[in-house]
Amino acid sequence: MLHVTNLRRLMIGPVSFRLEDGECVAITGPSGCGKSVLLRAIADLDPNEADNLLAGKISRAEVPATRWRKHVAMLPADSGWWQDRVGAHFHDPDKTAHQLPLVDLPENAMEWQVSRLSTGEKHRLALLRCLENEPSVLLLDEPTAALDHETTLKVETLLKQQLVKGVSILIVTHDINQPKRIANRILRLHSGKLAEITA
Amino acid sequence: MNDYIALTYFDLMLAASFLLINGALSMGLKLGLERKLAIAAVRMTVQLVLVGLLLKSLFSILSPWLTLLVAIAMGMFAGREIWARQNRRLRGIWGFGLGTGAMSFAGASVTLIALVTMIGSEPWWTPRFALPMFGMILGNAMTGISLAQDSLHTSVVRECTAIEAKILLGADRWQALFPVVRQALRSGFIPTINGMAATGIVFLPGMMTGQILSGVDPNEAVKYQLLITFLIAGATGLGVLLATFGSVWRLSDDRHRLRLDRLSKAKEDDG
Repeated sequence: MLHVTNLRRLMIGPVSFRLEDGECVAITGPSGCGKSVLLRAIADLDPNEADNLLAGKISRAEVPATRWRKHVAMLPADSGWWQDRVGAHFHDPDKTAHQLPLVDLPENAMEWQVSRLSTGEKHRLALLRCLENEPSVLLLDEPTAALDHETTLKVETLLKQQLVKGVSILIVTHDINQPKRIANRILRLHSGKLAEITA
Repeated sequence: MNDYIALTYFDLMLAASFLLINGALSMGLKLGLERKLAIAAVRMTVQLVLVGLLLKSLFSILSPWLTLLVAIAMGMFAGREIWARQNRRLRGIWGFGLGTGAMSFAGASVTLIALVTMIGSEPWWTPRFALPMFGMILGNAMTGISLAQDSLHTSVVRECTAIEAKILLGADRWQALFPVVRQALRSGFIPTINGMAATGIVFLPGMMTGQILSGVDPNEAVKYQLLITFLIAGATGLGVLLATFGSVWRLSDDRHRLRLDRLSKAKEDDG
């Protein structure tokens, strides 16, 4: 679960909302309305203010930021890589390799060169990389933007497995059909405020 | 030093006439360098003559305060040079202060220890020893620090996606910035290391050449050169380390965020 109380960052906020265990909430809103800014603020990646952020039993103000980010994992729209080989970015590449077919990649993808990856391949690998920490909350910034429909559905299946395990997911998406497939609720970010959209 | 040969002004004019040949070549080949060449030559002449006069009076006045004042002025000029050589700089006072502080601290402490323990002149701050040594050490630390800072500030922006990806996976700021830090430290150290490796084979250092020309026994000149080179390497290493870690500390915060907002925009290319 994730409880956010009065989070403020630049033109965003104060926003408050709750995600329960195993719940998926989609955030929509026009481009440039600050959806990514909101995710970055929750992950404490930029300076921000908040009355309280709670993930499970962990209160953000009471733990080092490094520990918070392992529990509340953010997947940015641009994935970052710092080694030549894909496998070098994983804690346990041999174990994670078995999950590669779940996102429509072959098991030998761990041996690939990062410089030859497509945007979509990078996104899917970055998702598996971020799941290695076994986070309790996922903040996903357009995780399927660069994928075709079939692969998108595979990634969504993987996300649903996470929901079943009790992980909470906050997903930013521009795909109008995606929330219908995986989200329990939709929040719309407009003028820095969040409002629930009732179906 | 009885075999020291003093130069006459006629000797200098004769040597400067080689520049006239270069200037004529530049005009003949339409390189357009003759103006720059003339200005640079005149500038150097004026600067060196003035420095000669300044040093001569400093050496005869023998005042610790004047010596300190000149040393501080040297530090400020070198600090400005570090600042000017960076494409992106830390915002605010840090942009000038960090590089200047690291260089001055490293240069001054190494010079101080050398003057007191190794040179042992009486008094220890005698400007004839203190200022040339401080200048040589400062100049090299300046080059190292400006290269390291420039490398760090450029690559931290270029690699920001990768750095933030590491941070998002739970890395602390030192782990996340380690690759760019290592690259910056290498950029800062390598000129010193390469310089040491090539010394004596590819070129004879200027100071040693000068001492030999003024009649010092080559063995003694070599000893002085080794001392100075060790001091330079020590001060450059210390200065580069201080400035780089200072920058990392400034470019991140205690919540392990990358703070590129504390870095200025890149200088526009002036074509």
